Amino acid sequence: MRIVPASAPGPAPLGPGAPIPASSREGSMTTQRLSAYLAPRRRLRLAGLLTAPVLWLGLVYIVALAALLVTAFWTVNELTGQVQIEWTTENVVEVFTEALYRTVTLRTLGIALLVTLIDIAVAVPVAFFMAKVAGTRLRHLLVVAVLAPLWASYLVKVYAWRALLSSDGLIEWAASPFGGSTPGYGIVGVVLTLSYLWLPYVIMPIYAGFDRVPDRLLEASADLGAKGWRTLVSVVLPMIWPAIIAGSIFAFSLSLGDYITTKIVGGATQMIGTLVYTNVGAANNLPLAAAISLIPIGIILIYLAAVRRTGALRSL
Amino acid sequence: MQLGRTARIVLGTITVVVLGLVYLPLGVVFLNSISTSESLSWPPPGFTLEWWGRALESTGALEALGTSVVVALIASAIALVLGTLAAIALSRYRFFGKETVNLLIVLPIALPGIVTGIALNNAFRTLMGVDLAMWTLVVAHATFCIVTVYNNAFARLNASGTRLEEASMDLGAGLFTTFRLVTFPYLKSSLMAGGLLAFALSFDEIIVTTFTAGTGVATLPLWILQNMFRPSQAPVVAVIAVILAVLSVIPLAIAQRLTAKDAAAVAR
Repeated sequence: MRIVPASAPGPAPLGPGAPIPASSREGSMTTQRLSAYLAPRRRLRLAGLLTAPVLWLGLVYIVALAALLVTAFWTVNELTGQVQIEWTTENVVEVFTEALYRTVTLRTLGIALLVTLIDIAVAVPVAFFMAKVAGTRLRHLLVVAVLAPLWASYLVKVYAWRALLSSDGLIEWAASPFGGSTPGYGIVGVVLTLSYLWLPYVIMPIYAGFDRVPDRLLEASADLGAKGWRTLVSVVLPMIWPAIIAGSIFAFSLSLGDYITTKIVGGATQMIGTLVYTNVGAANNLPLAAAISLIPIGIILIYLAAVRRTGALRSL
Repeated sequence: MQLGRTARIVLGTITVVVLGLVYLPLGVVFLNSISTSESLSWPPPGFTLEWWGRALESTGALEALGTSVVVALIASAIALVLGTLAAIALSRYRFFGKETVNLLIVLPIALPGIVTGIALNNAFRTLMGVDLAMWTLVVAHATFCIVTVYNNAFARLNASGTRLEEASMDLGAGLFTTFRLVTFPYLKSSLMAGGLLAFALSFDEIIVTTFTAGTGVATLPLWILQNMFRPSQAPVVAVIAVILAVLSVIPLAIAQRLTAKDAAAVAR
């Protein structure tokens, strides 16, 4: 995780007045010459560094994304089921006017926000304990304990919740003596499972955020007479806010596009992902699926733009 | 921090309870893997090792495991190269469009998997006109893995500052010599950490995988999804899950040792 703010390091290219590396004992003549050629040419070095990653991301990802957006304005031939290049706004209009999409969007947003809030509420005390209360040994142990479930397969965890939530599962068995019962497969199950899945992703950035708060600051605050809560609200919270936002991006974005969890523990619950999935698969209507996917893309871009100013993107 | 005894105890209790809840479902999976019940009912009616035997003989699962490892290795290797290049560029240079490049790297992981999935599916099949295969899966995975390597390398480069590199150049080392003898050794452990994360991300991915894997290319998550709802296979899936969870301790241990070494190096 980063320690220095992005604005701190100056332009500092690799030594502006670098002498010709003739005295260097390492490297062959060719690399020496290339190095000597590149040393004073900042732009060329930058281009050398950026070309491969930008080309990859641009060609693979941005072109694909752009093509998808364009496809939203095409149609499907009703007879052959093939995508036709026939421009229409029908799909997009349908997605933005029909009640089904509005309902599902609101439901998905609600689920994603609820999952994010639950995860933050659980992650903050745990991360605080890990970073500021636990000793070094215990802290290392806790980091491993939090990270380990990340490596257990996503599907396995959803599957575990399917077993937990089932009508003869652990939750029913534990709750029935107290007159309770399992929430079963539905929205509650989806929220519980998604919160469970993304919790480690939310704990880790927040833990790193707390870790970056120097103990000296907390001591200074205490010396100046601030009580624990006051220190937390006035000193710690402003410093870890970007970390909380960074954690929320994971929980929010991952929930927003999910359809597999919904399929396994959601019963008949539909989310945006479900609609996209059925239109690509069963309905074989890629243009409509592309039009629907404009909703989560729009929501995420708005979310990213809103949080960008907090610097959270850099502490992901 | 000066915390009251009560506050410490409350925080500690919350942490213990949360971790308990985190491990409870995984424990249930373990019990299901040795339960005689095929439908995962609780409490287990009895115990058997039958599923473990069946799982170890399951060729489908083993092949899927191999595919997953190969895909994750190649995707992480590509992500390591591209992520490191991007991290050096963004941490050592100031240029127009820097924020955009940053967004470009984050976007594949920030946008929902299903969007990435259908976008790449459409690009491969319609735009490029190729059949989905293993390499299409690798390309897709590498794309969203770049960010994990980039983040780790970028953080380390920013923390290190440029003094050592400048010193190296002043002493006459060329660009490549400086990278090899100064920058890379310093970056190594963060690249390992980023590479491990990339591997894990690829190994576990299911949504983008669904849309970009060719027919006949089954990664472990795809295999699990296909077998999860088959009654007689459900406990076998649980066995695979337990094995995966146990194996996952290895990379974690490596990552922990790396960070411990770093901490020691900084302390010196």
